[in-house]
Amino acid sequence: MKMQSSRRRFLATTGAVAGVAALGMPAIVRAADRKIKVGTYGGYFEGAFKEFIYPDFTAATGIEVESIGVPTGETWLVQIKNAARAKKAPADVSMMAGVPRLRGDAQGLFRYFDESKLPNLSNLSDSFQSRNASGQLYGCGAVSWYITLCSNTAEIPEAPTSWAEIWDPRNADRLGLLALPSNSYLLEITAKTFFGGTDLLDTKEGIEQAFEKLQEVTPNVRLWYKDEGAFQQALQDGEIPMGQYYHDVTGLAAAEGFPVRSTFPKEGGVVDSGYWVVPQHAEPVEEAHVFIDYICQPAVQASLSRNVGTAPVVDRAMTDLTDDEFAAVSSDIEPIVPKYQIYMDHADWITDRWNEMISGS
Amino acid sequence: MSDQPSSASFGRLLTLVPPSIAIGLFFVIPFSLIVLSSVAHQLQSGDFVFGFDTAHYERFFTSIFIGRAVYSAILSFSIAVISLLIAFPFTYVLTGFSKRTRTIWLVYILAQLSLSEVLIAFSWQILFSRTAGITNLAVWLGVLDKPFSLAPSALAVLVGLVYLALPFAVLLLFPALSRLDRSLIEASQTLGASPVRTFFTVVLPVSRPALISGGVTVFVLTLGAIIVPQVLGRPGHWTLSVLITDQAIYNSNMPFASALAVILLLMSGAVIGVVGWLNRGSGK
Repeated sequence: MKMQSSRRRFLATTGAVAGVAALGMPAIVRAADRKIKVGTYGGYFEGAFKEFIYPDFTAATGIEVESIGVPTGETWLVQIKNAARAKKAPADVSMMAGVPRLRGDAQGLFRYFDESKLPNLSNLSDSFQSRNASGQLYGCGAVSWYITLCSNTAEIPEAPTSWAEIWDPRNADRLGLLALPSNSYLLEITAKTFFGGTDLLDTKEGIEQAFEKLQEVTPNVRLWYKDEGAFQQALQDGEIPMGQYYHDVTGLAAAEGFPVRSTFPKEGGVVDSGYWVVPQHAEPVEEAHVFIDYICQPAVQASLSRNVGTAPVVDRAMTDLTDDEFAAVSSDIEPIVPKYQIYMDHADWITDRWNEMISGS
Repeated sequence: MSDQPSSASFGRLLTLVPPSIAIGLFFVIPFSLIVLSSVAHQLQSGDFVFGFDTAHYERFFTSIFIGRAVYSAILSFSIAVISLLIAFPFTYVLTGFSKRTRTIWLVYILAQLSLSEVLIAFSWQILFSRTAGITNLAVWLGVLDKPFSLAPSALAVLVGLVYLALPFAVLLLFPALSRLDRSLIEASQTLGASPVRTFFTVVLPVSRPALISGGVTVFVLTLGAIIVPQVLGRPGHWTLSVLITDQAIYNSNMPFASALAVILLLMSGAVIGVVGWLNRGSGK
């Protein structure tokens, strides 16, 4: 152990020296030392990756990771786009949310992967492999997390069982829901709960049907939230006794003694995911493949579940997660998978319709 | 003789060069880019290409956004009026205090400006909550039976924004009120006017320019508020600025966000223009 830790320190030191040198003569030195810049969502995510994942990756492969915190969503895509104009990449591998991942590919901002260098890719189901129309792979599932029905145990003694409860008139002015169509996935929830599945959303008429049903929820909503902290506080206090929220975070709050619970409704929780992408002008392509392949390993996915609190993107059976460990981050109930594509295909219409709905006009 | 004024004016012109460059770089260029992108063509992929496409302005007039713009203007106007109603008497009384007291108050008010909008919004959220809010105080005093939550609501947004605007209003009124010719007040009182009458017939009319410029500044400031309406209000209380942020950050629709920003700027410009025109007319 001691040797390993001193080896890590050695790598860190040489990495730093090489980093300084790289500023002077990038082309030569970068080719020699094995180093990549990896972007994950800033804050808790980045901290956890830095603490639990990168050191093991460096120990296993000899590739040093420079961690950068990146904004969630479209802001980061705009930064990648601006850097691409100068033929640069702000990160060599980066986590990217569902919708901007599609937009980035449509704008040609990402590299396509060489699948022969990703032997562990086969651990991932097709839904975690983002491909363009001609089948080229540009995105690879990194981590997942669940949005579930969370409630305050003191205010709501009996756990809810179905998403339909957010439509229940008894919950008038008592709910907290996410304020954007593309992060609440309420259209998907509506389609699955009342229309037999998210295929309803494949047509504009279907989306309109979902909107009409979803409209009925608005009198029940007290808070349409964009800031997670604001809702979590209100949920813990019982001020807003129920709403959609993140399964792992609610579990952590419950473990800390707050009177909250996360329930997977019988229609399933919403599984949202971050995908690895490689910006078009990233240079250490080889190392990027090594990194992505490394994260696709069931053991690493299990480590992410234990340490970062994310749901594995590989089948549970491949991992050594115990029932409790798995329940803390996921569920065996079939999830509701977001229809990311509709937020790109009908972006303006969905936003306008959504804004009309939530503002009650 | 004839040389001197021209070289002096040349010197004066020369001093204008650095600020002109700065204004050009930091204002005109970004603003031109916003105007250009507001008529750019949005692509399905979320990218846009420059061109001349009025679709974004048309969308403003055919959807919910025009309602938001009107709401934002009414809200900002109300905030301007309310904060002036509070700030004017306060500042008037403040200017009558000793220099030391005035300084302490001004430092205190200036210190409020160091609080960010985020901090103010979340502090008010706590004050308006059921569990830790001011209604608990009312229960303790025996005024209410049980505490309740005051946010999210229109009142909460109003209070948060007035709190945000008040220091600006005081600081904008202070110079004019402290320079106010006290002999006018004395003359009015010598002629038999009560302090209240003096305030309304002498102090208020004399301070009109300061009131108007203060009001316009608060109006424009409030138009740009994005955190308070989101944290303390419901979606029906969100301003146009909130929707601009959504378009730019979550929808990748820079052209539409730019068009909305141009419209917001035109609204501010129109208010400044109308108020300036009214003010000039009455000054004669």
